[in-house]
Amino acid sequence: MALEYQNLFTTVQATTSHEVNVSIGRDGRERTLGTTHSNLLGMIGDAQLGPIYLGFFGVASLLCGFICIEIIGLNMLASVNWDPVQFIRQLPWLALEPPPPKYGLSIPPLNEGGWWRIAGFFLTASVLFWWVRMYRRAKALGMGTHVAWAFAAAIWLMLVLGFIRPVLMGNFAEAVPFGIFPHLDWTAAFSIRYGNLFYNPFHMLSIVFLYGATLLFAMHGATILAVSRFGGEREIEQIVDRGTASERAALFWRWTMGFNATMESIHRWAWWFAVLCPLCGGIGILLTGTVVDNWYLWAVKHHVAPMYPAVFPLVADPSLLQGVKP
Amino acid sequence: MTFARQAATVLAAVAAGTLLAACEPPPVYSVQRGYRGTGMAQVYRPATLVAAAAINTPPPAATPASPDGPRASQVFQNVKVLGDLSAGEFTQIMVDMTAWVSPEQGCTYCHVAANFADDSLYTKVVSRRMLQMTQYINADWKQHVAQTGVTCYTCHRGNNVPVNIWFRSAEASQTPGMLGNKAGQNSPAIQVGLSSLPNDPFSTTLLGGEEIRVISQTALPDGSKPSLIMATEHTYGLMMHMSTSLGVNCTYCHNTRSFASWELSTPQRATAYYGIRMTRDLNSNYLGSLAGIFPANRLGPTGDVPKLNCATCHQGAYKPLYGADIVTGHPGMRAGVKTAAAAADTPAGPAPSAAPEPPAPGPAGMAPIPAAPAAPASAART
Repeated sequence: MALEYQNLFTTVQATTSHEVNVSIGRDGRERTLGTTHSNLLGMIGDAQLGPIYLGFFGVASLLCGFICIEIIGLNMLASVNWDPVQFIRQLPWLALEPPPPKYGLSIPPLNEGGWWRIAGFFLTASVLFWWVRMYRRAKALGMGTHVAWAFAAAIWLMLVLGFIRPVLMGNFAEAVPFGIFPHLDWTAAFSIRYGNLFYNPFHMLSIVFLYGATLLFAMHGATILAVSRFGGEREIEQIVDRGTASERAALFWRWTMGFNATMESIHRWAWWFAVLCPLCGGIGILLTGTVVDNWYLWAVKHHVAPMYPAVFPLVADPSLLQGVKP
Repeated sequence: MTFARQAATVLAAVAAGTLLAACEPPPVYSVQRGYRGTGMAQVYRPATLVAAAAINTPPPAATPASPDGPRASQVFQNVKVLGDLSAGEFTQIMVDMTAWVSPEQGCTYCHVAANFADDSLYTKVVSRRMLQMTQYINADWKQHVAQTGVTCYTCHRGNNVPVNIWFRSAEASQTPGMLGNKAGQNSPAIQVGLSSLPNDPFSTTLLGGEEIRVISQTALPDGSKPSLIMATEHTYGLMMHMSTSLGVNCTYCHNTRSFASWELSTPQRATAYYGIRMTRDLNSNYLGSLAGIFPANRLGPTGDVPKLNCATCHQGAYKPLYGADIVTGHPGMRAGVKTAAAAADTPAGPAPSAAPEPPAPGPAGMAPIPAAPAAPASAART
């Protein structure tokens, strides 16, 4: 009996006609056209596929996103002399680089960062159109706009990295390349240049919220799955009509840690943790190089970084010694 | 359902296999050498150590020749560098050099068979310059090579041309077209540990004197340090090269709390500091002076002479040949001060300076065998 509820996949699927859902007081066709059912999708979510609402902003977002990916992809392909085999083999290393430092904020030649700026423009347009679309669809359904604002937190971090901070620093060479390993190397180089980002308190907060969000997600997911045999997955109903599943889940957490979230508050916790992760991260990046130049020295100055006993004999900087070779 | 489950299992197995394929097989040993909790550890894989040990075996010990008797300059013609040696020592070093550099071609790799005094082969001219370089290193770069010193074998290891040399990349000198500018990076380059960092970190740092220190010395910006991520990637690439060449982690020299801080660094960092300056010096004043002497097939894609980096000598070992004394018994390698000064064409290198010796070596050098724990670790535990 117990094992029956320990499953990664949804075990019971309802096969029915497509769901009409709530009326939004408009043409109902948009919720019935182009729908189908997929057994495979039903294992991880709702078996119904569609309808998808594109609209002007959806089309604009996809178009801009496509242009951005094309610019990045064709530059990568050109960088391996249009060899599709090398494109696949070297893909993790390939990138579209931002302009070299000499161009500052001015408009660089196409192949020296110009493409990067065009790709960045279309990527930004794409995510902003997508944001508008999420906001408008939520409004159309009479929902709150929590999803759009959570997405906005991620857009904030992206724009800080690629636009706001480079503009404040006066140089687009400070921005991140479009590429898999190159953007990771950029991250490491960024941390090294600014004296170890781990000493940046907003980076610390960002990590707290990142790990905190995953912890909360795991706790909440586990709790709901654990009481699903009592109907615990019907969370929303249990907010107003606390059933035996909610009672058990609440008592479980009281027993184990003396305190429990409610069926509603746990989602506020999760939303804020998730949103604060990129929000704090963006602030940390924005402060780096603009107002703090070396986070380790900043942390020493403010007694954040502890000192450890010396193990090695003191090493003097050779460049400060007299008579040393250049 | 069953099919989907089987397909999912197969897919998961393939994905796991793909992900694990790039991993190095265990065992891996970690040896603590700094204060606990600071991540000051060296990581060793026995397989890597065995491979490095195989190419870092010292050559057979030299047969001592008598320092007495007539000088080489009196016996042989056109001896410009080793003339102060005895004829016996001179002959011995010639035999050794043949074994170290041209074991297959023999004497005639450098000498015209009919007249050994003839300078018409470029290899002889290069050898003479390299002899001067070796003597110069052993005399004037003790901050890096200490008393151990170097010989031809340190780099050559039985090859005409040392295995690890570098040239300017042809890619960097190309004018970019319309699309696909790699900006001198973003290729899996062996010289930067297969990362996507700039694949020629040497032109600026080991030939030119570009500032390697990119980290700010002040907590708040004071305008003294331009903020260039790209310059940081050059430094990062050079450091990857140093780490790979020496078979050590970043923490062999640095404390990763602050890469810039000297007070957190190990004594080895000072040795490496002089190594970088030595390499710049040799690339400019010795290898650079051979431009026009090397034939085209020895030059790089942009026509530059072959140059040195850390791997040229180190070849995967924290000290070349694990610090074996290969200079003793080869007076020609050490006679630097006297003979190089006598040679008319001594390069205009930095004048010998009253440089203080680098700080004393740490409580223990890095042990090449992981079973031997580094001494500072035990000190840290007390």
